[in-house]
Amino acid sequence: MSSATKQRAEVNKERSMILQKEMAGKLFKDLSTAKETGKKVVYTFVPGNLSELIHAFDLIPVYPEINALQSGMRKKSGDYIREAEKYGHSEDVCTYVKCDIGMMLKGNIGPTGEKIPDPDLLLLSYTGCFTFLKWFESLEDLYPNVEIAMLHTPYQKDGEITGEMTQYMVKQLKEEVIPKMEKVSGIKYDEDKLKGILENSVKTENLIVDIFDTPKNVPSPIDAYFAGVYYIGPINIGFRGTPEAVNYYQELYKEILERAEKGLGPVTPEGEIEEERFRLVVEGPPNWTSFREFWKLFYDLGAVIVASTYTKVGGVYDMGFRHDPNRPLESLAEYCMNCYTNLNLPQRIDLLEKCITEYHADGFLVNSIKSCNSFSAGQLLMMRTLEEKLEIPVGFIESDLVDPRYFSYANIKNRLESFFQMLEQRKLIIE
Amino acid sequence: MKRIKNLIEKCKELAFDLNFKRAKEWKAKENNRILVGHMPVYFPREIVHAANGMTVGIYGVGDRKQIIKGDAYYQSYICRIPRGIIELALDKHFDGIDGFIFPAICDVIRNLSGMFQILEKGKFVSYFDLPQNFQPEIGGTFYKSEIEHVLEAIKKINKAEVTTEALNNSIELYNINRRLIKNIYDKREKFPWRLTAEEVYYLVRAGLVIPVEEHNEILEAVSDFIREEIGEPMDKIKILVSGSFCEQPPVGLIKTIENAGCYIVEDDFMLGSRWIQGDIDADTDDPLNALVEAYLTQSTFSSSVYDIDNPKEARLIELAKQRNVDGIIFASPSFCDPALLDIPIYEKACDDINLRYISIQYAENTGQFKNIKEQVGAFSDSIKLWGEEVTAD
Repeated sequence: MSSATKQRAEVNKERSMILQKEMAGKLFKDLSTAKETGKKVVYTFVPGNLSELIHAFDLIPVYPEINALQSGMRKKSGDYIREAEKYGHSEDVCTYVKCDIGMMLKGNIGPTGEKIPDPDLLLLSYTGCFTFLKWFESLEDLYPNVEIAMLHTPYQKDGEITGEMTQYMVKQLKEEVIPKMEKVSGIKYDEDKLKGILENSVKTENLIVDIFDTPKNVPSPIDAYFAGVYYIGPINIGFRGTPEAVNYYQELYKEILERAEKGLGPVTPEGEIEEERFRLVVEGPPNWTSFREFWKLFYDLGAVIVASTYTKVGGVYDMGFRHDPNRPLESLAEYCMNCYTNLNLPQRIDLLEKCITEYHADGFLVNSIKSCNSFSAGQLLMMRTLEEKLEIPVGFIESDLVDPRYFSYANIKNRLESFFQMLEQRKLIIE
Repeated sequence: MKRIKNLIEKCKELAFDLNFKRAKEWKAKENNRILVGHMPVYFPREIVHAANGMTVGIYGVGDRKQIIKGDAYYQSYICRIPRGIIELALDKHFDGIDGFIFPAICDVIRNLSGMFQILEKGKFVSYFDLPQNFQPEIGGTFYKSEIEHVLEAIKKINKAEVTTEALNNSIELYNINRRLIKNIYDKREKFPWRLTAEEVYYLVRAGLVIPVEEHNEILEAVSDFIREEIGEPMDKIKILVSGSFCEQPPVGLIKTIENAGCYIVEDDFMLGSRWIQGDIDADTDDPLNALVEAYLTQSTFSSSVYDIDNPKEARLIELAKQRNVDGIIFASPSFCDPALLDIPIYEKACDDINLRYISIQYAENTGQFKNIKEQVGAFSDSIKLWGEEVTAD
């Protein structure tokens, strides 16, 4: 048991956790029975996901990167990656892709132990990550006759969304994506139905902003990275736009507010953090293969993540964006273009600066991921820029998403301990 | 003969002039001339030419400059090319270059555009978002707006009004350029001993950093020269090299492949110079539209493009058949997601028609080629010894 966490005989499951488990269970049940129920399955990605449109056509989504991260957490990714490498993939390339391909080559068995059905549609809305495009080319190779819909999301190169960019996306939605979805689902596009779904999205997004704003409290009632990845789970596996998501986030927010009112810190797998010693902002995805050990390195020393960029890959809502039921396709387009890794580097720096300042962070940490150039390329300059601009201590660690060969516990622990010592020293100087 | 050798030697110097001297001299001769740097793979250089500008291909430092600062900007698992480019930027090699274009190819090059923005390099920095949609009303319209965006940025610097006549003229100059390069490749397909792949590499790469008019003159002279028989054919196999479209292979690697029993008769080095297949309409009232149309319908295949209706593996096999090659070498830079993720797809397509291949990885500064020489040598020998078993059609 760590020094910074309060011992508990058993961590009680909050109601929101139970709700989330039920939602995920239902999704995988729907997937496993899709062939019997005749429901069509769409494979797509988390950043720039078109959940509302998918619901409008009664399709069931599969998110390959969610499968990959779950394989990582279930310690299966190493075997899957080796399988993909045997198939011809280089050791150098994205391990999410390899894990996913390896999983498919080994029968595509999902986290519930049941086979994930083959796709009826590959919906490539590639937002903020060029490798997604390559990933779907590989999937097309594995499922040669599958229908493919491509949605190219323009990059926010100048830190703005222009009319041309939005129109380009809307035209693709109207003339490429929606017709393919109609063809696969056999359902006509119904804009009124989409608008109704988008209304739920707005409610969900408002709640998400409120939840991730609670670290303004001291101590923070949540860990916005390690727990944050669970909080964004429902919207990242396709529930955005559903009443279930609204209900889940209402419940979650209520629980968090109760914690804040009582002055409690975040809940960890070993109980709640008793003493918040360091408040950090983290850039980059977490490591999934050793997620618990990784988290423990932080909470053992009372380090709480008050904001993270990874929780914004499926959508950035804290800069004001909301889906707009009155402009359904335009707002879907703008949502896609607003995802974190589709922002240019100066925008990413501005967002990080806002988080560091508003959540009173003591330090900024980069977890640089070998597999993810979309995040990683440029991080060292971003880090240096923030250090100079805000005069804040910065730290840097390296790991990977789902390749266990690239998680060096001792190395990361060593670096984190040095970083925390630096934060400690700085606190002493400031005080 | 001596003239050609001199020309190639000149191209060799130009190709690896990391100070871009010739381009800067060109700019200095007239007010309002501008230089626009661009990364791989494809950028329509015609538009800069028509706006009283010259493009400067920024294709890395190869093994010509030691990287010190650049390594501090990139993690070990990111490819080599952006390190060299940042090193050049920090060492002021790009002073005098007015703007920088980063065509869509991968996340590393895309984010490099943001690094240039943060470091405030040039008067403009533009990520060039090449569409992945090939419908004229959708991808075409967007692509046109991307081109106009660049022209506006140039106009802010030199006030250039781009006329229809100027654009048609520029398009024709680049048509000639592509035709001449194609002619050299066509000739080498049949007579690869007349010029080495290394020499062709210098010839084409030099064209990225000198005025197109000068490049055309050089290419014409070389084309004339190789029209007649020179050199001696050797017992080598003909191969296609694929995967080197962005970070360039070290020249040592090209030499090694040809010294190990192969003639490289097709490749994707500097693919952007040959991206558009055939001529673009140079006698039109709407030359911008001609450029757009060419991108949508005349682009070659590449790892940076996912054309759902025109799969690249089929196009690779078609090209291999056109060039009548005995095999393919997939030569990709380490940590290059676009190139490396395509390899299993390509390999499967080769297996389907029993076309031989090998895969190797390199970095632009790789200096040791012994293992590659053995691998390529064995590949070449195996085809020479058992070549009759191969059925490439």
